[in-house]
Amino acid sequence: MKRIYVNEDWCLGCHLCEYNCAFANSGEADMAAALKGKPLFPRIHIEEGDKICYAVSCRHCEDPLCVKSCIAGALQVKDGVITVDQSRCVGCLTCVLVCPYGALAPNENGVMQKCELCLQNSCGEPACVKGCPNRAIVFEERSAVL
Amino acid sequence: MKQYVIIGNGTAAVSCVEGIRSIDEKTPITIVSEELYPAYCRPLISYYLEGKTDRNRMQYRPDDFYETNGCTVLYGKTAVHLSVRQKTVTLSDGQTLSYDALCVATGSTPFVPPIPGLETVAKKYTFLKLDDALALEQAVTPDSRVLIVGAGLIGLKCAEGLSTRAKSITVCDLADRVLSSILDNACAARMQTVLEQHGIRFLLSDTAARFDGNTAIMQSGEQIPFDVLVLAIGVRPNTALVRESGGKINRGILVDAQMRTSLPGVYAAGDCAEGMDISCGSSRVLAVLPNANLQGFCAGVNMAGGTKVFDNAIPMNAIGFFGLHALSAGSDRSDEPGGAVYEESDGQHLKRLFLKDDNLTGFMLIGDTARAGIYTSLIRRQIPLHTLDFDRLKQTPTTAAFSKETRKKAFGGAV
Repeated sequence: MKRIYVNEDWCLGCHLCEYNCAFANSGEADMAAALKGKPLFPRIHIEEGDKICYAVSCRHCEDPLCVKSCIAGALQVKDGVITVDQSRCVGCLTCVLVCPYGALAPNENGVMQKCELCLQNSCGEPACVKGCPNRAIVFEERSAVL
Repeated sequence: MKQYVIIGNGTAAVSCVEGIRSIDEKTPITIVSEELYPAYCRPLISYYLEGKTDRNRMQYRPDDFYETNGCTVLYGKTAVHLSVRQKTVTLSDGQTLSYDALCVATGSTPFVPPIPGLETVAKKYTFLKLDDALALEQAVTPDSRVLIVGAGLIGLKCAEGLSTRAKSITVCDLADRVLSSILDNACAARMQTVLEQHGIRFLLSDTAARFDGNTAIMQSGEQIPFDVLVLAIGVRPNTALVRESGGKINRGILVDAQMRTSLPGVYAAGDCAEGMDISCGSSRVLAVLPNANLQGFCAGVNMAGGTKVFDNAIPMNAIGFFGLHALSAGSDRSDEPGGAVYEESDGQHLKRLFLKDDNLTGFMLIGDTARAGIYTSLIRRQIPLHTLDFDRLKQTPTTAAFSKETRKKAFGGAV
């Protein structure tokens, strides 16, 4: 299936993906209305190390530890995409405890949210990919890196 | 006719079904369920009392799960005898089931010590099952004074769940701190403060010596009047079925990395099982939901003739009370040769990383818990710390501390 992949050699560390993600999932039509003056809760974040940076969002693992560990049955796999049923989540953070990529975080209300590839929101395709100025984030079919 | 039998109907049983069905789509599965309900999210019973979930949302799987997966569930029954030679289990109603492969997922039972006068207490409960929560929901009124014996995870989640329903809640424990099996003094004190801020009163280093109706007479001599008593002293794995058939038992039913017990054709998973904890190098009962799920799936695959090992189990606990979260994983082996602790602490947050030689063996985070799973993965995968930038990683869990090659695998291809 198509997943999001990043190329750390091309990432500029501009954080635009975080803004585009938060906007795409805000339900608002206007970016300023959605984000201005508000704390940002994106489902992607930039990791920064020595002279490198890159975006991290859910890897949609084939054997997802978060789904298996969820005490509320709120994390589910649908057609390979890992989604969270926020009405079931109790905010226990077990998924944060087990995700090897640090890809899950609670929203402003303590309920978990994660990258669902923008398949359910108005963007319809990953907003982080669409808005990346240097094509450091792509949405495509790949196999494992051996 | 070939069939699989699962004793128990909790998390491990459900994922055992999923494990079987990943290999064998057809062979019938019979599930023996002591409880009268389809599998539900057991750890949510305190959230149910708190009003954060309801019976419908607590269902672990969709309504059609058993039907879709070709399972027959026998509700209200238990397994009372196992014959390994004949490959049969006898149930509490006298019925006998034959099996080709059996999974024992019987969970655990609250331990209730014989405290003198306990029989004089009218309203006394344990807190492990949905029925316990439903009974407490009925028993506790806004006028109730609740006494909880046991300041472990079960007792404290019960206290949190009841905090807005009861007039007062008192928790006692013989230990000198809350959550004594999981937290050290400093961490426990921080959690206790939050609970106290929400009106929960503690009597530590003290416990009920005897009861006289609605009064607990403590070891210290103090008398505590109460209306509802909750006994949350501990749980014991349900091992009898396997033990009485000659299977190897320690605290739990001993299993190998394929979830096989010492009895041929018999597997075990979940809170009744005891397997290797790689963070401490010895076998332990790891009675947490993620472990039950992973063990159950592994058992199911192997029962159906597949090959699966679950050989990186570690303790993993997400504990939260009134919005303060503590995440922990692995073991503290810092007092062993080659052991060390990295610690950061301020008034709000606490971080302890437990190191031994070239490995992270465990951690404890309170407050700032973001991306804790990156630490957990280092323990589960036993990654040598010299292969990454640990000085960076100890400050904040980040995959940027991994080697470029590791990052390429993680973010450049399917995982």
